[in-house]
Amino acid sequence: MAALTDFGLIWGKIQELVSRIMSSSKTSIPRRSKVKDMSAEVVDSNPYSRLMALQRMGIVENYERIRDYSVAIVGIGGVGSVAAEMLTRCGIGRLLLYDYDTVELANMNRLFFRPDQVGMTKTDAAVQTLSEINPDVVLESYSMNITTVKGFDVFINSLKSGVDLVLSCVDNYEARMVINQACNELRQTWMESGVSEDAVSGHIQLLIPGETACFACAPPLVVASGVDERTLKREGVCAASLPTTMGVVAGLLVQNCLKYLLKFGQVSPYLGYNSLKDYFPTMEMKPNPQCSNAACVDRQKEYMESKPARDAAAKAKIEAEVSSVIEEPLHLDNEWNISIVDDSDAGSSTAANTSSILPEGLVHELPTADKYSEQVGPTVTDGIDDDLEELQRQLDALNSS
Amino acid sequence: MEGWDAGTKSALTQIPLLSSRAGPRDGEAWKQRLKEEYKAMIAYTTINKTNDNDWFRISPTNPEGTRWEGSCWYVHNLRRYDFPLQFDIPVTYPATAPEIELPTLDGKTHKMYRGGKICLTVHFKPLWAKNCPRFGIAHALCLGLAPWLAAEVPILVDSGMVKHKDDEVTPSQSSS
Ligand SMILES: [Zn+2]
Repeated sequence: MAALTDFGLIWGKIQELVSRIMSSSKTSIPRRSKVKDMSAEVVDSNPYSRLMALQRMGIVENYERIRDYSVAIVGIGGVGSVAAEMLTRCGIGRLLLYDYDTVELANMNRLFFRPDQVGMTKTDAAVQTLSEINPDVVLESYSMNITTVKGFDVFINSLKSGVDLVLSCVDNYEARMVINQACNELRQTWMESGVSEDAVSGHIQLLIPGETACFACAPPLVVASGVDERTLKREGVCAASLPTTMGVVAGLLVQNCLKYLLKFGQVSPYLGYNSLKDYFPTMEMKPNPQCSNAACVDRQKEYMESKPARDAAAKAKIEAEVSSVIEEPLHLDNEWNISIVDDSDAGSSTAANTSSILPEGLVHELPTADKYSEQVGPTVTDGIDDDLEELQRQLDALNSS
Repeated sequence: MEGWDAGTKSALTQIPLLSSRAGPRDGEAWKQRLKEEYKAMIAYTTINKTNDNDWFRISPTNPEGTRWEGSCWYVHNLRRYDFPLQFDIPVTYPATAPEIELPTLDGKTHKMYRGGKICLTVHFKPLWAKNCPRFGIAHALCLGLAPWLAAEVPILVDSGMVKHKDDEVTPSQSSS
């Protein structure tokens, strides 16, 4: 009996505490002021001390450079919003956020958005939360659909303001193809991310126009979950989602992004995640010289033409290394060699014909366009009625009868 | 053509194929593509009318031909249900198909993405990719929208999510 009474007392106190926390969070939110310089000083008032420790430990050469970088995140859903929060907490200089959707209660199985933000545009809700977390980050909100002609113009012009990396966190092939188009035209390096519709696998991919395969070079590579598509029960739903898988993919994406921007570790060209087997396939893909995207082919040509300059730079780098290598361990030297020999065919493949040599567990999501496929119907004929206005009249006449 | 019913297959084979690979940002080439789109749409609408299977009206609402609006309908238990229909031609068209929207059904079914975009079957995108650039808007309606309406409208009506316009309570009569 005594134990029960004690429990009742404690329970009452816990309830009281919870309600006090809840009411206090609704009143004045103390906002921290902006920080001028990132300090490595370990005091509880310094939001960057643990990040600057990366520099002290020698992982990152110059962490504070993160403030000079701009990252564009397209798609502020289950992956994009978490990626945005991670970069915000890391102290990124500027974030550009793109989405056309609003926050819904159906999104609450994912991280980041709060029920009180239902109805807000995802980009505005994200700016609200992120600016509270870290007022040092410059945030830009673009609530629009980038796949329309108008939206695309705004998108491409906003990227011209000087963006270091674009992160694709969209949930569909159409939007990825649009980001691919913009980045190929702007020579913009970007990273792709995706979570499968059955929510149990995902991937990230680095795309450097002209240097690596673009998103249109080959049908998209996805991680096979091991579940047969034909046995997958799709009745009644389009897609499932798990906060765990999306959180893992967001983490992998931002980790790759930090390594790319702050120049530490190896930046992964492709990293898959199969959560059912905890399997992480990796691979590399070279561009397809027959890519259907004209801008990609232009970038490939530029990349080939710049080969002598790259070789010279690589040679100079080796020579600089060699002169200081005597007391260095041998494996370091080897590492440099691997990163320099970027034109060798070893360990990578052309996007055009990867299907035969794909690592286990990776599959193409879509087939390539048929060149000589069986004729499925008649072809539109050129000829007499080749006038646009006349065609419009014909369709209007049909539509009004 | 695995995974498609006989009706869809036979309708599809009658729609003329297109040949220009051009999207809305491709200037003159897009104009040529647009002409081909018109021709395919005229042919498809004519076929539907001849077969007494007329089921949609759609035409561009801007001179560039990038925004299309209209309506589609489906007959279930002898009653006709009409839905506004719209889509934009994406900048990456025809590599990617237009995302067909039925805005009045947004939020009423799980077989829909945000914004009222219909959820296509696993068979649609592979077939579209395989036939790029020969498939056009008419093919997208035939392969995407027609099977969707046939599968979803009966469910929506039977579950009461969609009411026939004659059974709808007008706002003045409604108390909620
Ligand atoms: Zn390409």
